[in-house]
Amino acid sequence: MLAVLIFWQLFGGHFDSKLLPQPSAVLQLLWKEASEGDLLFHLGMTLKRVGISFMAAMIFGTVIGILMGMFKAIDHALDTFLIIGLNIPALVIIVICYIWFGLTEYAAIIAVTINKIPMVAVSLREGARALDKSLFQVAQVYQISKYDMATKIVLPQLLPYIFGATRNGLAIIWKIVLVVELLGCSNGVGFQIGGFFHFFDLAGVLAYTLAFMGVVFAIEVLGLRPLEKHVLRWRL
Amino acid sequence: MSYLAVDVHQKVFKNGCLVIRNLKLSCHKGEFVAIVGPSGAGKSTLLNIVSGLDKDYSGQVTFAGQAFNPSAVRLGFLFQECRLLPWLTVYQNLQLVIKNAPAAVQSKPLDIWLQNVGLQGCGDLFPGQLSGGMQRRVALLRAFIVAPDVLLMDEPFQSLDAPTAAQLRRLLHELWQQNAPTVLFVTHNLREAISVASRIVFLSARPSRVILDLPLATLAKHVEAVDIESDWVSQTHQQILERYPNVLAGLHLE
Repeated sequence: MLAVLIFWQLFGGHFDSKLLPQPSAVLQLLWKEASEGDLLFHLGMTLKRVGISFMAAMIFGTVIGILMGMFKAIDHALDTFLIIGLNIPALVIIVICYIWFGLTEYAAIIAVTINKIPMVAVSLREGARALDKSLFQVAQVYQISKYDMATKIVLPQLLPYIFGATRNGLAIIWKIVLVVELLGCSNGVGFQIGGFFHFFDLAGVLAYTLAFMGVVFAIEVLGLRPLEKHVLRWRL
Repeated sequence: MSYLAVDVHQKVFKNGCLVIRNLKLSCHKGEFVAIVGPSGAGKSTLLNIVSGLDKDYSGQVTFAGQAFNPSAVRLGFLFQECRLLPWLTVYQNLQLVIKNAPAAVQSKPLDIWLQNVGLQGCGDLFPGQLSGGMQRRVALLRAFIVAPDVLLMDEPFQSLDAPTAAQLRRLLHELWQQNAPTVLFVTHNLREAISVASRIVFLSARPSRVILDLPLATLAKHVEAVDIESDWVSQTHQQILERYPNVLAGLHLE
């Protein structure tokens, strides 16, 4: 990764800087945008949208997925919707939401959430189907309470699936949120990148992308990975 | 006066296979009954019925004349596999079941229990960090720690090496002497049955019923555990097989 950057820095100067700005130029712009411009504001708006829609999608998707995994009737009833939801292009849902609800914040968040729910549901359905029935027998014999059953027998078995859904979820949601912002918001990273696009300002696009990647890495390295390591430490 | 009375008229699996027919069995309180039968005789199914896990049968199981009532009868169940919760430590595994145990049990520190079974210092480990024999001990402790009225054991020492199994049988005997639950101990190993139980019930091949009910006259074994390699076990084993040559095959005797 570092080698690519160095190579790029050394030889990037031979090309038109409009088409391929050097890393140093991008970093300079990033610093300028962050300290004087609106980068942090737009990044914050995007993060807010990502956060809300991610939480909403995880909650709804988890509940739907578990219900589908546990009850055949619900599985049958929702299966078709799930397949449609998984395969319908994100853009279609976004456009429909904007037409129905107007170019509002709600519409943006609903659009992202709806896009993500089916993926969470599929993952959790798999998890619910894989629940170990023999442990439920243990719970019954030893009269374990409903609460302990949920938190100590069911949840630990679902956690790997929840982590999987979280990873995929964040990866997809970033992408969708940016499209949503590009199409119908007046702030956010997607909106800014749309602006840079009009001026063919590649350095601006890259500066925002870089800021964005920084956040993604921070969440993974400082948040998800240590959490997963702790929660799944019994796997050794 | 019998405490546990099992009367299963019929148990049919979902695939139509008749597993149990007219199986009657009753035990006194505190009795240690081994159930021996050929494989596929529905021994595990019988334990599932007694424990209330399997309700899809005709007949009835009563405890002191009452139908099974979770608030009146505490169960311990040692499954064929340990079935510990791998994401909980040894302490947490025990704490999970202990909530329904009598107050006296709950006030006794878990470390003393662990010491009893030779697992001192293992409380914070996960089951995956323990050897197979140690996991068995935790499972055995989990079954005993609730101070069960009835303890069901399904070939619990089957997959262990001989010394570990012998050690656990001794441990089982000690624990059993402490609070004397009524035990149903399923095994297909007659020597093992002789060494642990005070009475052996032989089941027929499928559809199973009781073909021989054999009390073991052994006052001595209530004092200390009987070694499975001992002469007494060998002699008894031989006597039983001489007298009932087909009993292990589950053939009907009449």
